[in-house]
Amino acid sequence: MPEIFQYEFMIRAILASVLVGATAPAFGVFLVLRRLSLMADTLSHVALAGVAVALLTKTFAPAVALVATTGAAVSIEELRMRRLLPGDAALAVFLYGALAVAVVLISIAEGFNSTLFSYLFGSVLTVSTTDLWWMATLAVVIAVFMALFSSELAQVTFDTDLARINGVRVHLLNLGLAVLTGATITVSMRVVGLLLVGALIVIPVIISLRITGGLARTVFASSAIGVFVAVTGMVIAFYADIAPGGSVVLTAICLLVIVEAVAFTRRLSSRSIHLQIAEMQQHAHAHESHAHGANDDAGDNLSAGTRSHR
Amino acid sequence: MSEHERTADSVHVDETESQNVDVDSSKTLAPDQIPIRFDETWFSYNSEPVVRDINFSITPGEFAAILGPNGSGKTTLMKLALGLLKPTSGRVLLFGVPADRFTDWHRVGYVPQRTQATESRFPASVREVVNFGTYSGFDPLAIFKRRRSDRVDEAMEMAGVQTLADRRVSDLSVGQQQRMLIARSLVSRPDLLVMDEPVAGIDAAGEEQFHSMIRRFNRDLGITIVMVSHDIGAVMREATTVACINRDIVFHGPVHRLDAQALSDLYGFPVDVLMHDPEHTHR
Repeated sequence: MPEIFQYEFMIRAILASVLVGATAPAFGVFLVLRRLSLMADTLSHVALAGVAVALLTKTFAPAVALVATTGAAVSIEELRMRRLLPGDAALAVFLYGALAVAVVLISIAEGFNSTLFSYLFGSVLTVSTTDLWWMATLAVVIAVFMALFSSELAQVTFDTDLARINGVRVHLLNLGLAVLTGATITVSMRVVGLLLVGALIVIPVIISLRITGGLARTVFASSAIGVFVAVTGMVIAFYADIAPGGSVVLTAICLLVIVEAVAFTRRLSSRSIHLQIAEMQQHAHAHESHAHGANDDAGDNLSAGTRSHR
Repeated sequence: MSEHERTADSVHVDETESQNVDVDSSKTLAPDQIPIRFDETWFSYNSEPVVRDINFSITPGEFAAILGPNGSGKTTLMKLALGLLKPTSGRVLLFGVPADRFTDWHRVGYVPQRTQATESRFPASVREVVNFGTYSGFDPLAIFKRRRSDRVDEAMEMAGVQTLADRRVSDLSVGQQQRMLIARSLVSRPDLLVMDEPVAGIDAAGEEQFHSMIRRFNRDLGITIVMVSHDIGAVMREATTVACINRDIVFHGPVHRLDAQALSDLYGFPVDVLMHDPEHTHR
């Protein structure tokens, strides 16, 4: 048995990676396509404020973070829907407001810096059995939500107004999406950390958009890529003894660079094939013209000859 | 005389008279037969009125154009008609029901100028998007049910996008995207089709094809058409009635009664109208 599986905490960490890797990018598809990637960053900062409150009050951090992200997600959606603040402005207010709250609480309560570090950057040691149950429950909730509302999510992502005129209850759906995004961030923070969870939500989606088509296929491909980079990153973190958050995100970025490089090479070779074809056609055309010209000359000579005979 | 034909003697028709023509015809219909009715409708953004005291109806079978300069409130008027905005005062009725409480959406098709997906690498195929038109409300078992692909195929054929069915949406040209959106809106066989500047960004040949298709929907299928536009030429050629709006109604009536004076009032500078249609009198 490989060394990595001899440690119970690593088995938990890898199981957590599978759950987080599958769920975070699945939601990411809808956030990225609606240009709401900043939502993930905002809610991760809100979760950080929740973690700071929990550490200060010695309560269960994921539960407090979940309450904080749910409250923030609902408030942001309400502000956007009532047009009290433009979408981006509402996100910015919550992002910086939450960060300020976290900084103030951290400065008030000294002594939990090492624990906070594990939430910020992830830690293979901190994934408990309780965390795993949270993650598994959330994965099931997300899978059910996406199966039930697959058509509605696709329509809202395509165009909000069109979806509303088609009878989709856009506001409720947006609320559900925002709340579950907050929940995903809350449970992912153990694995990749709050500062990097946004990357796990976004980068697998960018890769899958490059390699596949069809909305359902893109969701599945994003999840598969998410699982691959989360597990690979976690294994690398174990052997290299580095923070798993950074390892997972760097793995994802490496994969993105490889996919982009392959796509670029394909484009280049396809362009070169097109150029070659165009060149061959040009040559063929030139030969044809030359042959026609020669025939015409021959014809002219023949006519001239005929004329001269006459 | 066809309702699309225009005559020179319509140039100096009184505006009030032209408005009465349509209002009177709508009075003979039951409220649920009138696709759209604006009733003393006002709408303001931050206490600045964008739409002021609008009163007119769009009757079944009309090809109605909403014409106006940029920032005149025509898109706002369309969004009010579709219940996407709620009037500040007055009301907007969609088939006799206040637009913001309307639920019978399969009767209404909508073709926006652009979609949110236009700018993103939206991964869905044309068929998937057209299939959105089959949606008839939340159904927890929808994922297990067979889609009505016959209607989707029929709509794609009508809009001329059947050969693009498997193409990715983000790979389509502007004209092809508009046709795809038309197909999406036709799936539910609507009674009313609302379009916001549908030919913006389409070349002349594509524009003519597009208008010919819409004309067919209106004349052959009896679909009521509402087209928001700032293209006076297209409105004069295609529409049967026109509502000119510059925050309030400057003119509403049959398109052959739209004259240079109404257009000058609409745009705030002198406008000459020249008809290039060889079948009709030049003016």
